[in-house]
Amino acid sequence: MSDTLLQVDDLQVEFDTYGGTVQAVRGVSFEVHAGKTLAIVGESGCGKSVTVQSMMGLIPMPPGRIVAGQALMHGVDIIGRKEIDGRDIRGREIGMIFQDPMTSLNPTMSIGDQIAEPLLVHRGYSKKRAFDRAIELLDMSRIPEAAKRARQYPFEFSGGMLQRAMIAMAIACEPKILIADEPTTALDVTIQAQILDLLNDLRRETGMAIILITHDLGVVARMADEVAVMYAGQFVERGSVDDVFYRSSHPYTLGLRAAMPVNDQQAEHTLTPIDGSPPDLFHPPKGCGYCARCPNAMKICEEHDPDVTVMSDTHSARCWQHHPTAPAKVEGLYYREASA
Amino acid sequence: MSSTPLVESIALTKHFDMGKSHGKRQIVHALDGVSLEIAEQEILGLVGESGSGKSTYGKALIGLHDKTSGEVRLKGETLPARYHPRDFERHATSMQMIFQDPYSSLNPRMTVGEIIGEGLRLHTRATAAEIRDKVTGWLEQVGLQGEHAGRYPHEFSGGQRQRIGIARAMILEPEFVVCDEPISALDVSVQAQVINLLNDLKSSMGLTLLFIAHDLSMVRYVSDRMAVMYLGTVVEIGPANDVFFSPRHPYTEILVASNPEPDPRTERSRASTTISGEIPSPVNVGAGCRFVGRCPHAMEQCATVTPELIPLKDDSNRRVACHLF
Repeated sequence: MSDTLLQVDDLQVEFDTYGGTVQAVRGVSFEVHAGKTLAIVGESGCGKSVTVQSMMGLIPMPPGRIVAGQALMHGVDIIGRKEIDGRDIRGREIGMIFQDPMTSLNPTMSIGDQIAEPLLVHRGYSKKRAFDRAIELLDMSRIPEAAKRARQYPFEFSGGMLQRAMIAMAIACEPKILIADEPTTALDVTIQAQILDLLNDLRRETGMAIILITHDLGVVARMADEVAVMYAGQFVERGSVDDVFYRSSHPYTLGLRAAMPVNDQQAEHTLTPIDGSPPDLFHPPKGCGYCARCPNAMKICEEHDPDVTVMSDTHSARCWQHHPTAPAKVEGLYYREASA
Repeated sequence: MSSTPLVESIALTKHFDMGKSHGKRQIVHALDGVSLEIAEQEILGLVGESGSGKSTYGKALIGLHDKTSGEVRLKGETLPARYHPRDFERHATSMQMIFQDPYSSLNPRMTVGEIIGEGLRLHTRATAAEIRDKVTGWLEQVGLQGEHAGRYPHEFSGGQRQRIGIARAMILEPEFVVCDEPISALDVSVQAQVINLLNDLKSSMGLTLLFIAHDLSMVRYVSDRMAVMYLGTVVEIGPANDVFFSPRHPYTEILVASNPEPDPRTERSRASTTISGEIPSPVNVGAGCRFVGRCPHAMEQCATVTPELIPLKDDSNRRVACHLF
């Protein structure tokens, strides 16, 4: 595997609320490799955004608390740190774009000034040089008439254009990792395709890694090299994109796929929803988080949190069905491998 | 197709007057001459990007928007261009709507029982006891429990709220329901629950649905026929599978090609299909094809002559508004 930029081990994040303590992230581990895209996929409330926000120091503390875990970058734990050897983590090591570009930008600053700001702060550029670079960056993000656009304000941009401006800002200091938190959820499909293509091109040109957070399996299939499926604060399955799609090994991954329409003219199928709802993370279940919704749940699933079973170098899942002492494998747990 | 469609719009047009700017009237062309017919017990899917006029069309059909021109017919009867309270009363039992946002479309100060039962209370002579029984029945039918009637919307999840919205629309047993993006605010696993519920209700009640969404795969799955809108006009309409698997209008082609498939092999083999540009402003739209600025096949006449939605020569079930055909 290519070189590891970031290694996260057993990250656990909690939030104190009036209702009690929410265990939002319950022991998550992953690596990010240079030039690759890691997609973290899951439904709302599963903890995917909190996972990346904790690395960026974006968790408000209190009420948030990072209980355990580390995130190693260049051999240094970045959790709770702002810089490595004088280099800021936020902006220079890791850039980030958000779901809603409309509310993530400052409405009273011109687009060019906002993109120039990280260069002034992190790089010590002069104002003129930073603004010129901002125009170059807008051009790299394929915004037509970049020089004119740089002097405009966010309200003069469409949603897709704003997301391009956000990307220009995030890559201004050439970060090694770009975190994209639902970057296209607010956009139309044709604009989504443009933004996804742009992200892929930038990744190829700059060699940066992308952590893509999404709930859309279609976007995952298009973008990801590696995939982590998150449920109730844990990664229930990890693997290469082909592992997760063609050799799905966790009932939740299968459930998600069965709940989506397949565009195959031959296959007449009906959507199979996942019954029930995710567990209450105020009181996470003792056993497997998916147990209450799982069609194959066994007794042990209620009692003990499953171990991670390693299927191959790239593929692992957190499910008792894969334990060597499990009773006969449940039929259909492995998704039928589509004929290549 | 049967003789009279259940719902029909003829050259339905809706313009919004935004007042004057730089001495010129700003007219938003939200809908321009949309003619569609929806047969009894059919699901017509309506797709398009934001700003294409899908929601305006749905609302204009059931009278939530006044019509600038054109008309809407229900079982052959022309509906008023501008609804008065009396008209809503008359048509509430035949046409209903399910809204996109299950958070803002339920009154937070009413109990679920009041929300669901309100239609019955206003539009029928049902007694309080009858209403209570019906509400309980409908709560169970949409997968909730009878005792939920006393609770408030904030006590429910997004998927459950959408079920409440469905129960509210269905309790009057309408013939025609406009579903305006009923699943786009929901998680994937919950989307399937709501879709299956709508499908079950459709077959048990013999409903006719206009299903508005931007998720092409879901619309193809749900609908019998699919209509594609762009900037206030319908550019293509036909059987859902045909439109999806062999799109004819250049815009439909691009829309389908931009739709991400949850299949890595398909995605890897897909060429980069993006089109440049974005949906233009609907203010003061002139003559000519509205897609001309982004169309890869634009010809000279496209800029000046507005193409009409006409049946294809080789397939009379498909209608496409494009000079190529």
